[in-house]
Amino acid sequence: MKNLSNEELEKRFQEKIDKDIKIEPNDWMPDAYRKSLIRQISQHAHSEVVGMLPEGNWITRAPNLRRKAVLLAKVQDEAGHGLYLYSACETLGANREQTIDDMHEGKAKYSSIFNYPAVTWADMGAVGWLVDGAAIMNQVALCRTSYGPYARAMVKICKEESFHQRQGYEILTTLCRGTPQQKAMAQDALNRFWWPSLMMFGPSDAESPNSEQSIRWKIKRFTNDELRQQFVDASVPQADILGLTIPDNNLKWNEERQHYDFGEINWDEFWQVLEGNGPCNKERINARKAAKENGEWVRNAALAFAEKRALRKTA
Amino acid sequence: MAKEWPLWEVFIRSKQGLNHKHVGSLRAADSQMALENARDVYTRRSEGISIWVVESNSVHANDPADADAYFEPSDTKIYRHPTFYDVPDGVKHM
Repeated sequence: MKNLSNEELEKRFQEKIDKDIKIEPNDWMPDAYRKSLIRQISQHAHSEVVGMLPEGNWITRAPNLRRKAVLLAKVQDEAGHGLYLYSACETLGANREQTIDDMHEGKAKYSSIFNYPAVTWADMGAVGWLVDGAAIMNQVALCRTSYGPYARAMVKICKEESFHQRQGYEILTTLCRGTPQQKAMAQDALNRFWWPSLMMFGPSDAESPNSEQSIRWKIKRFTNDELRQQFVDASVPQADILGLTIPDNNLKWNEERQHYDFGEINWDEFWQVLEGNGPCNKERINARKAAKENGEWVRNAALAFAEKRALRKTA
Repeated sequence: MAKEWPLWEVFIRSKQGLNHKHVGSLRAADSQMALENARDVYTRRSEGISIWVVESNSVHANDPADADAYFEPSDTKIYRHPTFYDVPDGVKHM
Protein backbone atom coordinates (compact mmCIF):
# COMPACT_ATOMS: atom_id res chain seq x y z
CA MET A 1 0.00 0.00 0.00
CA LYS A 2 2.91 2.33 0.73
CA ASN A 3 4.22 2.18 -2.83
CA LEU A 4 0.97 3.21 -4.49
CA SER A 5 0.86 6.23 -6.76
CA ASN A 6 -1.06 9.31 -5.73
CA GLU A 7 -3.76 8.61 -8.30
CA GLU A 8 -4.25 5.10 -6.99
CA LEU A 9 -4.38 6.36 -3.39
CA GLU A 10 -6.93 9.00 -4.36
CA LYS A 11 -9.02 6.42 -6.18
CA ARG A 12 -9.05 4.16 -3.10
CA PHE A 13 -9.84 7.14 -0.90
CA GLN A 14 -12.86 8.08 -3.02
CA GLU A 15 -14.01 4.43 -3.01
CA LYS A 16 -13.97 4.47 0.79
CA ILE A 17 -15.96 7.72 0.82
CA ASP A 18 -18.48 6.30 -1.67
CA LYS A 19 -18.96 3.25 0.55
CA ASP A 20 -19.56 5.54 3.56
CA ILE A 21 -16.45 4.30 5.33
CA LYS A 22 -15.28 7.04 7.69
CA ILE A 23 -11.81 8.54 7.34
CA GLU A 24 -9.76 8.47 10.55
CA PRO A 25 -6.83 10.71 11.57
CA ASN A 26 -3.84 8.63 10.43
CA ASP A 27 -5.47 7.33 7.23
CA TRP A 28 -4.15 8.53 3.90
CA MET A 29 -6.13 11.50 2.58
CA PRO A 30 -5.63 14.00 -0.26
CA ASP A 31 -3.98 17.23 0.87
CA ALA A 32 -6.95 19.23 -0.38
CA TYR A 33 -9.34 17.13 1.76
CA ARG A 34 -7.17 17.79 4.82
CA LYS A 35 -6.95 21.50 4.03
CA SER A 36 -10.65 21.79 3.40
CA LEU A 37 -11.46 20.09 6.71
CA ILE A 38 -8.99 22.20 8.69
CA ARG A 39 -10.58 25.31 7.21
CA GLN A 40 -14.15 24.19 7.89
CA ILE A 41 -13.59 22.70 11.36
CA SER A 42 -11.44 25.57 12.63
CA GLN A 43 -14.01 28.11 11.40
CA HIS A 44 -16.68 26.09 13.11
CA ALA A 45 -14.62 26.12 16.33
CA HIS A 46 -14.03 29.88 16.09
CA SER A 47 -17.80 30.37 15.65
CA GLU A 48 -18.52 28.47 18.87
CA VAL A 49 -16.02 30.59 20.79
CA VAL A 50 -16.98 33.97 19.30
CA GLY A 51 -20.61 32.93 19.75
CA MET A 52 -20.12 33.15 23.51
CA LEU A 53 -19.56 36.92 23.31
CA PRO A 54 -23.05 38.24 22.48
CA GLU A 55 -24.56 35.96 25.12
CA GLY A 56 -21.86 36.62 27.72
CA ASN A 57 -23.08 40.21 27.60
CA TRP A 58 -26.45 39.10 29.02
CA ILE A 59 -25.31 36.78 31.83
CA THR A 60 -25.20 39.63 34.34
CA ARG A 61 -28.39 41.12 32.92
CA ALA A 62 -30.64 38.05 32.78
CA PRO A 63 -34.09 38.85 34.22
CA ASN A 64 -34.00 36.17 36.92
CA LEU A 65 -31.84 33.50 38.49
CA ARG A 66 -33.30 30.66 36.40
CA ARG A 67 -32.58 32.47 33.15
CA LYS A 68 -29.11 33.34 34.38
CA ALA A 69 -28.25 29.75 35.31
CA VAL A 70 -29.54 28.54 31.94
CA LEU A 71 -27.54 31.14 30.02
CA LEU A 72 -24.39 30.27 31.95
CA ALA A 73 -24.88 26.59 31.13
CA LYS A 74 -25.43 27.39 27.46
CA VAL A 75 -22.31 29.55 27.22
CA GLN A 76 -20.32 26.85 29.01
CA ASP A 77 -21.56 24.31 26.45
CA GLU A 78 -20.34 26.56 23.65
CA ALA A 79 -16.86 26.72 25.17
CA GLY A 80 -16.94 22.91 25.25
CA HIS A 81 -18.09 22.74 21.63
CA GLY A 82 -15.20 24.97 20.61
CA LEU A 83 -12.86 22.58 22.41
CA TYR A 84 -14.23 19.43 20.72
CA LEU A 85 -13.79 21.11 17.36
CA TYR A 86 -10.27 22.42 18.00
CA SER A 87 -9.36 18.89 19.11
CA ALA A 88 -10.82 17.43 15.91
CA CYS A 89 -8.81 20.00 13.98
CA GLU A 90 -5.61 18.97 15.77
CA THR A 91 -6.08 15.35 14.68
CA LEU A 92 -5.48 16.65 11.13
CA GLY A 93 -2.10 18.04 12.13
CA ALA A 94 -3.27 21.64 12.49
CA ASN A 95 -1.73 23.72 15.26
CA ARG A 96 -4.52 24.93 17.53
CA GLU A 97 -2.89 28.21 18.50
CA GLN A 98 -2.04 28.93 14.86
CA THR A 99 -5.66 28.45 13.79
CA ILE A 100 -6.71 30.87 16.55
CA ASP A 101 -4.09 33.41 15.49
CA ASP A 102 -5.33 33.06 11.91
CA MET A 103 -8.77 34.18 13.08
CA HIS A 104 -7.28 37.09 15.04
CA GLU A 105 -5.40 38.20 11.93
CA GLY A 106 -8.49 37.95 9.76
CA LYS A 107 -7.17 34.97 7.75
CA ALA A 108 -9.85 32.61 9.09
CA LYS A 109 -13.54 33.37 9.35
CA TYR A 110 -16.20 32.64 11.92
CA SER A 111 -19.96 32.69 11.46
CA SER A 112 -21.01 36.17 10.35
CA ILE A 113 -24.08 36.06 12.61
CA PHE A 114 -21.96 36.90 15.67
CA ASN A 115 -21.05 40.25 14.20
CA TYR A 116 -24.56 41.45 14.95
CA PRO A 117 -25.19 42.97 18.39
CA ALA A 118 -27.55 41.47 20.99
CA VAL A 119 -29.18 44.63 22.28
CA THR A 120 -32.26 43.44 24.16
CA TRP A 121 -33.18 40.44 26.30
CA ALA A 122 -35.45 39.24 23.49
CA ASP A 123 -32.29 38.85 21.40
CA MET A 124 -31.28 35.99 23.70
CA GLY A 125 -34.52 34.33 22.70
CA ALA A 126 -34.03 35.00 18.99
CA VAL A 127 -30.43 33.80 19.14
CA GLY A 128 -31.45 30.54 20.79
CA TRP A 129 -34.42 29.92 18.53
CA LEU A 130 -33.00 31.05 15.17
CA VAL A 131 -29.21 31.11 15.44
CA ASP A 132 -28.94 27.86 17.37
CA GLY A 133 -31.77 26.46 15.27
CA ALA A 134 -29.85 27.21 12.07
CA ALA A 135 -26.65 25.84 13.61
CA ILE A 136 -28.42 22.63 14.65
CA MET A 137 -29.82 22.13 11.14
CA ASN A 138 -26.32 22.41 9.78
CA GLN A 139 -24.80 20.26 12.51
CA VAL A 140 -27.33 17.44 12.33
CA ALA A 141 -26.37 17.12 8.66
CA LEU A 142 -22.69 17.08 9.65
CA CYS A 143 -23.15 14.13 12.05
CA ARG A 144 -22.72 11.99 8.93
CA THR A 145 -19.68 13.84 7.58
CA SER A 146 -16.92 11.60 6.24
CA TYR A 147 -14.18 12.53 8.74
CA GLY A 148 -14.58 10.44 11.91
CA PRO A 149 -13.43 12.90 14.60
CA TYR A 150 -15.56 15.70 13.08
CA ALA A 151 -18.62 13.46 12.89
CA ARG A 152 -18.17 12.32 16.52
CA ALA A 153 -17.78 15.91 17.71
CA MET A 154 -20.99 16.80 15.86
CA VAL A 155 -22.96 13.97 17.47
CA LYS A 156 -21.93 15.18 20.91
CA ILE A 157 -22.60 18.81 20.05
CA CYS A 158 -26.07 18.05 18.65
CA LYS A 159 -27.03 16.18 21.80
CA GLU A 160 -26.07 19.20 23.90
CA GLU A 161 -27.47 21.86 21.57
CA SER A 162 -31.03 20.65 21.63
CA PHE A 163 -31.69 22.51 24.86
CA HIS A 164 -30.20 25.71 23.44
CA GLN A 165 -32.89 26.14 20.85
CA ARG A 166 -35.71 25.23 23.21
CA GLN A 167 -34.58 27.68 25.89
CA GLY A 168 -34.50 30.48 23.29
CA TYR A 169 -37.97 29.62 22.09
CA GLU A 170 -39.15 29.56 25.69
CA ILE A 171 -37.80 33.08 26.26
CA LEU A 172 -39.78 34.29 23.24
CA THR A 173 -42.92 32.38 24.26
CA THR A 174 -42.81 34.14 27.64
CA LEU A 175 -42.34 37.55 26.03
CA CYS A 176 -45.09 36.93 23.47
CA ARG A 177 -47.55 36.05 26.23
CA GLY A 178 -46.52 39.15 28.21
CA THR A 179 -47.32 42.82 27.82
CA PRO A 180 -47.67 44.45 24.36
CA GLN A 181 -44.25 46.02 24.93
CA GLN A 182 -42.71 42.61 25.61
CA LYS A 183 -44.28 41.16 22.50
CA ALA A 184 -43.03 44.12 20.47
CA MET A 185 -39.56 43.43 21.84
CA ALA A 186 -39.81 39.82 20.61
CA GLN A 187 -40.98 40.98 17.16
CA ASP A 188 -38.12 43.46 16.98
CA ALA A 189 -35.60 40.71 17.76
CA LEU A 190 -37.09 38.51 15.04
CA ASN A 191 -36.95 41.41 12.58
CA ARG A 192 -33.24 41.89 13.21
CA PHE A 193 -32.18 38.22 13.42
CA TRP A 194 -34.26 36.61 10.66
CA TRP A 195 -32.20 37.55 7.62
CA PRO A 196 -28.78 37.17 9.26
CA SER A 197 -29.93 33.67 10.36
CA LEU A 198 -30.71 32.74 6.75
CA MET A 199 -27.25 34.00 5.81
CA MET A 200 -25.71 31.54 8.29
CA PHE A 201 -26.07 28.77 5.70
CA GLY A 202 -23.54 30.56 3.53
CA PRO A 203 -23.65 31.78 -0.05
CA SER A 204 -26.13 30.31 -2.52
CA ASP A 205 -25.03 27.08 -4.19
CA ALA A 206 -24.18 28.94 -7.38
CA GLU A 207 -21.80 31.20 -5.44
CA SER A 208 -20.27 28.52 -3.23
CA PRO A 209 -16.99 27.42 -4.81
CA ASN A 210 -16.07 24.76 -2.23
CA SER A 211 -19.46 23.13 -2.15
CA GLU A 212 -19.24 20.68 -5.03
CA GLN A 213 -15.97 19.08 -3.95
CA SER A 214 -17.13 19.01 -0.31
CA ILE A 215 -20.25 17.11 -1.36
CA ARG A 216 -18.19 14.63 -3.40
CA TRP A 217 -15.96 14.02 -0.37
CA LYS A 218 -19.05 13.87 1.84
CA ILE A 219 -17.64 16.57 4.11
CA LYS A 220 -20.96 18.28 3.47
CA ARG A 221 -24.02 16.10 3.01
CA PHE A 222 -26.43 18.84 1.93
CA THR A 223 -25.91 22.06 0.01
CA ASN A 224 -26.27 25.52 1.58
CA ASP A 225 -29.54 26.16 -0.22
CA GLU A 226 -31.04 22.80 0.76
CA LEU A 227 -30.33 23.45 4.43
CA ARG A 228 -31.59 27.03 4.21
CA GLN A 229 -34.88 25.79 2.74
CA GLN A 230 -35.22 23.20 5.51
CA PHE A 231 -34.67 25.95 8.07
CA VAL A 232 -37.31 28.25 6.56
CA ASP A 233 -39.81 25.37 6.37
CA ALA A 234 -39.24 24.52 10.03
CA SER A 235 -39.27 28.10 11.32
CA VAL A 236 -42.44 29.49 9.72
CA PRO A 237 -44.90 27.38 11.77
CA GLN A 238 -42.84 28.10 14.91
CA ALA A 239 -43.21 31.86 14.31
CA ASP A 240 -46.96 31.35 13.83
CA ILE A 241 -47.28 29.69 17.22
CA LEU A 242 -45.49 32.64 18.82
CA GLY A 243 -47.84 35.00 16.95
CA LEU A 244 -44.85 36.77 15.38
CA THR A 245 -44.48 37.88 11.77
CA ILE A 246 -41.43 36.89 9.75
CA PRO A 247 -40.09 40.07 8.07
CA ASP A 248 -40.39 38.84 4.48
CA ASN A 249 -43.23 39.95 2.16
CA ASN A 250 -42.37 37.22 -0.33
CA LEU A 251 -42.71 34.39 2.17
CA LYS A 252 -45.43 32.08 0.87
CA TRP A 253 -46.26 28.37 0.93
CA ASN A 254 -45.65 26.81 -2.48
CA GLU A 255 -48.08 23.92 -2.90
CA GLU A 256 -46.28 22.55 -5.93
CA ARG A 257 -42.82 22.50 -4.34
CA GLN A 258 -44.19 21.61 -0.90
CA HIS A 259 -41.84 24.25 0.49
CA TYR A 260 -42.01 27.90 1.46
CA ASP A 261 -40.86 30.39 -1.14
CA PHE A 262 -38.95 33.27 0.38
CA GLY A 263 -37.46 36.60 -0.65
CA GLU A 264 -33.97 37.33 -1.92
CA ILE A 265 -31.23 37.58 0.71
CA ASN A 266 -29.26 40.82 0.78
CA TRP A 267 -25.99 39.25 -0.37
CA ASP A 268 -24.20 42.55 -0.37
CA GLU A 269 -24.76 42.75 3.38
CA PHE A 270 -23.57 39.13 3.73
CA TRP A 271 -20.27 39.79 1.94
CA GLN A 272 -19.79 43.11 3.76
CA VAL A 273 -20.12 41.46 7.18
CA LEU A 274 -17.90 38.56 6.11
CA GLU A 275 -15.23 41.01 4.94
CA GLY A 276 -15.15 42.59 8.38
CA ASN A 277 -17.56 45.49 7.99
CA GLY A 278 -20.43 44.25 10.16
CA PRO A 279 -21.61 46.14 13.25
CA CYS A 280 -19.43 44.18 15.73
CA ASN A 281 -16.53 42.60 13.78
CA LYS A 282 -13.84 44.73 15.42
CA GLU A 283 -15.31 44.40 18.88
CA ARG A 284 -15.46 40.59 18.61
CA ILE A 285 -11.90 40.15 17.37
CA ASN A 286 -10.56 42.61 19.94
CA ALA A 287 -12.32 40.69 22.72
CA ARG A 288 -10.82 37.38 21.51
CA LYS A 289 -7.33 38.88 21.19
CA ALA A 290 -7.55 40.43 24.65
CA ALA A 291 -8.63 37.08 26.10
CA LYS A 292 -5.63 35.33 24.58
CA GLU A 293 -3.11 38.04 25.48
CA ASN A 294 -4.37 38.67 29.00
CA GLY A 295 -4.44 34.96 29.73
CA GLU A 296 -0.95 34.27 28.51
CA TRP A 297 0.77 34.75 31.88
CA VAL A 298 -1.72 32.33 33.46
CA ARG A 299 -1.00 29.65 30.87
CA ASN A 300 2.76 30.14 31.30
CA ALA A 301 2.50 30.04 35.10
CA ALA A 302 0.47 26.81 34.97
CA LEU A 303 3.10 25.23 32.76
CA ALA A 304 5.98 26.40 34.99
CA PHE A 305 4.17 25.05 38.04
CA ALA A 306 3.60 21.68 36.35
CA GLU A 307 7.26 21.47 35.36
CA LYS A 308 8.40 22.32 38.88
CA ARG A 309 6.15 19.68 40.37
CA ALA A 310 7.35 17.06 37.89
CA LEU A 311 10.96 17.88 38.80
CA ARG A 312 10.20 17.48 42.50
CA LYS A 313 8.71 14.06 41.88
CA THR A 314 11.80 12.80 40.04
CA ALA A 315 14.25 14.36 42.55
CA MET B 1 5.32 31.02 19.76
CA ALA B 2 5.03 30.27 23.48
CA LYS B 3 5.37 26.68 24.66
CA GLU B 4 2.01 24.91 24.52
CA TRP B 5 0.30 22.77 27.11
CA PRO B 6 0.57 19.08 26.26
CA LEU B 7 -2.31 17.19 24.62
CA TRP B 8 -4.19 14.55 26.66
CA GLU B 9 -6.53 11.78 25.57
CA VAL B 10 -9.63 11.38 27.73
CA PHE B 11 -11.28 8.05 28.62
CA ILE B 12 -14.54 7.82 30.54
CA ARG B 13 -16.31 5.02 32.37
CA SER B 14 -19.97 5.84 32.00
CA LYS B 15 -21.10 3.50 34.77
CA GLN B 16 -19.89 0.79 37.09
CA GLY B 17 -19.40 -2.44 35.14
CA LEU B 18 -18.43 -0.84 31.81
CA ASN B 19 -14.94 -0.16 30.50
CA HIS B 20 -13.41 3.25 29.99
CA LYS B 21 -13.99 4.54 26.49
CA HIS B 22 -12.10 7.18 24.52
CA VAL B 23 -14.20 10.35 24.24
CA GLY B 24 -11.81 12.99 22.95
CA SER B 25 -8.82 15.06 23.87
CA LEU B 26 -7.86 18.36 25.47
CA ARG B 27 -4.84 20.42 26.42
CA ALA B 28 -3.74 20.92 30.01
CA ALA B 29 -0.55 21.85 31.87
CA ASP B 30 -0.55 18.68 34.00
CA SER B 31 -2.57 15.56 34.77
CA GLN B 32 -4.58 17.20 37.54
CA MET B 33 -5.70 20.03 35.28
CA ALA B 34 -6.39 17.52 32.51
CA LEU B 35 -8.67 15.56 34.85
CA GLU B 36 -10.53 18.65 36.03
CA ASN B 37 -10.95 19.97 32.49
CA ALA B 38 -12.11 16.55 31.31
CA ARG B 39 -14.72 16.54 34.08
CA ASP B 40 -15.92 20.02 33.07
CA VAL B 41 -15.99 19.35 29.34
CA TYR B 42 -16.86 15.69 28.93
CA THR B 43 -19.13 14.92 31.90
CA ARG B 44 -21.49 17.89 32.15
CA ARG B 45 -24.54 15.65 31.73
CA SER B 46 -23.78 12.62 33.92
CA GLU B 47 -21.75 10.91 31.18
CA GLY B 48 -19.24 9.45 33.59
CA ILE B 49 -18.24 8.24 37.03
CA SER B 50 -14.54 7.72 36.35
CA ILE B 51 -12.01 9.49 34.12
CA TRP B 52 -8.59 8.47 32.80
CA VAL B 53 -6.32 10.96 31.09
CA VAL B 54 -3.25 9.82 29.14
CA GLU B 55 -0.72 12.11 27.48
CA SER B 56 -1.29 11.75 23.75
CA ASN B 57 2.38 11.18 22.98
CA SER B 58 2.26 8.05 25.17
CA VAL B 59 -0.22 6.42 22.80
CA HIS B 60 1.34 4.03 20.27
CA ALA B 61 -0.65 2.75 17.32
CA ASN B 62 -0.29 0.49 14.31
CA ASP B 63 0.03 2.09 10.89
CA PRO B 64 -3.40 2.26 9.23
CA ALA B 65 -1.75 2.06 5.79
CA ASP B 66 -0.73 -1.54 6.64
CA ALA B 67 -3.99 -2.45 8.34
CA ASP B 68 -5.03 -5.06 5.73
CA ALA B 69 -1.89 -7.14 6.16
CA TYR B 70 -1.70 -6.44 9.88
CA PHE B 71 -5.16 -7.84 10.59
CA GLU B 72 -5.13 -10.50 7.87
CA PRO B 73 -4.76 -13.44 10.32
CA SER B 74 -8.10 -12.64 11.91
CA ASP B 75 -9.92 -12.70 8.58
CA THR B 76 -8.48 -15.97 7.28
CA LYS B 77 -8.92 -18.20 10.32
CA ILE B 78 -12.65 -18.68 10.11
CA TYR B 79 -12.41 -21.90 12.17
CA ARG B 80 -12.12 -19.62 15.19
CA HIS B 81 -15.85 -18.98 14.94
CA PRO B 82 -18.47 -21.44 16.21
CA THR B 83 -20.45 -21.20 12.96
CA PHE B 84 -17.54 -22.98 11.17
CA TYR B 85 -18.54 -26.32 12.72
CA ASP B 86 -21.40 -28.61 11.66
CA VAL B 87 -23.39 -30.08 14.51
CA PRO B 88 -26.11 -32.73 13.96
CA ASP B 89 -29.70 -31.50 14.16
CA GLY B 90 -31.26 -31.92 17.55
CA VAL B 91 -28.11 -31.21 19.55
CA LYS B 92 -29.04 -28.81 22.32
CA HIS B 93 -27.15 -26.44 24.66
CA MET B 94 -24.20 -26.02 22.25
